[in-house]
Amino acid sequence: MNSAGAIDAPASYVPFDQDVLGALMPMHLHISPTGHIASVGPTLAKLRPNDDLVGQRLLEVFEIKRPLHVNHFSDLLEHESCLIRTRFRKGDRLGMKGLFVPLSAQPPLQPDRRGASDSDLVLRPTSERSAARSLQPSRGALINLSLGVNVVDAVQRYRLSGADFAPADPTVDMLYLIEAKSVALEESKRLNARLEGARVAAEVQAFTDTLTGLQNRRSMDALLHELEKSDQPFGLMHLDLDYFKQVNDTFGHGAGDYVLKHVSGVLQDETRAGDLVARVGGDEFVLVFRGCVDLAVLEGIAWRIISRLEQPVPYGDDVCRISASIGTTLSSFYAKPMADRMLQDADRALYSSKGKGRACHTVFDPADAQIVEE
Amino acid sequence: MYGLVHRALQCFAQDIYGEELWLKVVDDAGLQLREYEAMLMYPDDQLESVLAALSTHLGRTVAQVSEDVGAYLVTHDRMEPVRRLLRFGGTTFEEFVLSLDDLHDRVKLALPDLDLPQLEVDVHSHTSFSVVLYTRQPGFGAVLLGILRAMGDDYGALVVLNLARATRDGKAAEWVTVELFEADFSSGRDFGLIAETGAS
Repeated sequence: MNSAGAIDAPASYVPFDQDVLGALMPMHLHISPTGHIASVGPTLAKLRPNDDLVGQRLLEVFEIKRPLHVNHFSDLLEHESCLIRTRFRKGDRLGMKGLFVPLSAQPPLQPDRRGASDSDLVLRPTSERSAARSLQPSRGALINLSLGVNVVDAVQRYRLSGADFAPADPTVDMLYLIEAKSVALEESKRLNARLEGARVAAEVQAFTDTLTGLQNRRSMDALLHELEKSDQPFGLMHLDLDYFKQVNDTFGHGAGDYVLKHVSGVLQDETRAGDLVARVGGDEFVLVFRGCVDLAVLEGIAWRIISRLEQPVPYGDDVCRISASIGTTLSSFYAKPMADRMLQDADRALYSSKGKGRACHTVFDPADAQIVEE
Repeated sequence: MYGLVHRALQCFAQDIYGEELWLKVVDDAGLQLREYEAMLMYPDDQLESVLAALSTHLGRTVAQVSEDVGAYLVTHDRMEPVRRLLRFGGTTFEEFVLSLDDLHDRVKLALPDLDLPQLEVDVHSHTSFSVVLYTRQPGFGAVLLGILRAMGDDYGALVVLNLARATRDGKAAEWVTVELFEADFSSGRDFGLIAETGAS
């Protein structure tokens, strides 16, 4: 073995037994001086199960893509030691890459300067021509190939196993890592999906009144805020139950809850799916009718709701009696509809309904507002 | 520790003994959850509580349950990824046992935060090994025993295994002795470097 300083000296020729060569480089090709394949590594041979490559011409079996313009084996020898990209000419045209090393003479090993300069240098056969060497007769060449990124495909297609790769080759470790990382990634994706589901559910809960399943004040605020920004017309109804406190006081909270659920059923029945029905207080509800500023329609709805809520609700052996007062306002009453202002006005109309003796519907009169403002 | 380990116990209980038993274990162990998430972290002491609860309900010792868990990790369909990753260790059972030296680092490569106990393989002869395991809490040895037993079957090898405990260099250690009688005792199970996906 030469000392580190003596890299100019030619390395000695190390003859390898074919089996040893195959064990060290399972994907090698040994090429004779005439350009015929003299021996094939066992793994490379597996890629052509029905074809004995030994004895065939290298360039008839393989298309050489790099280096460029290789038409004869002698062209390759001209390149001396070089990186090679190739693929089979026939059948499954699997791409491979590797190193081509002519055996014409043992060229002195020279540091490969492609990598980082501060780490230990890798010694590779030099590509410098020397007059002395070109006089020596060719002994053929060695090519050591690798499947590169096509390895996953090749392993599947030719059922390669760990034993088909040299122990020093990290391919099997790479496949292990790919698989381990995909398992971890799959788990992470599943976790993300579950968390997203939980987030959506939490959001729905945050906008829902837990007792009645109606929307809550937060949901109403969000919708009114959205309508404020859009030019879409809408009707706003504020509903307050009458005599609800008596139901609670007389028959207990169980009866009260039961009545609230009944009310929410009626409100949902009497509105369209796209309308908002929100419970905004103990016995207070707000209804928003998107795109509807037709007073006749809204009055019809309000009176239907009141008459249905006036019907007695049986609860066990008891009968609960309630009613409702409603105040309504329309976005078309305002030059620039503001949610807070409209809620206030609907509330004012609601209180005039209460003042009229309950079980009443009142539409807010814009004339009143002007009086207030003035 | 990663929920991966906790979840393995959960899946073992659910797959082998059913959801009902798992919910009882959850109650007994005083867990605030019903399902572990593989990629979230949970306290290590929950592993002991779950194992203790499992052992009580099944009327088996913690060591017996742990060994079953080890075998489950290799043999059950739901745990196929574990078997596959272990099979990457080598093409024969002998190579696999020798690869356990690297298992800790291999796992680290995939999941840097998953701190499994370090294993050390002593080779006595071609057919005789000990896999030594240094760990703060004993119990992993029994899991390893189950894994090795099932992996022997997976490779089709005839092996005799034994679990022992002692103190080595002042550290508590467990080890499994492996006697390999026949490498090709049965045909074992298939392993391809790339997992088959659905339709072949």
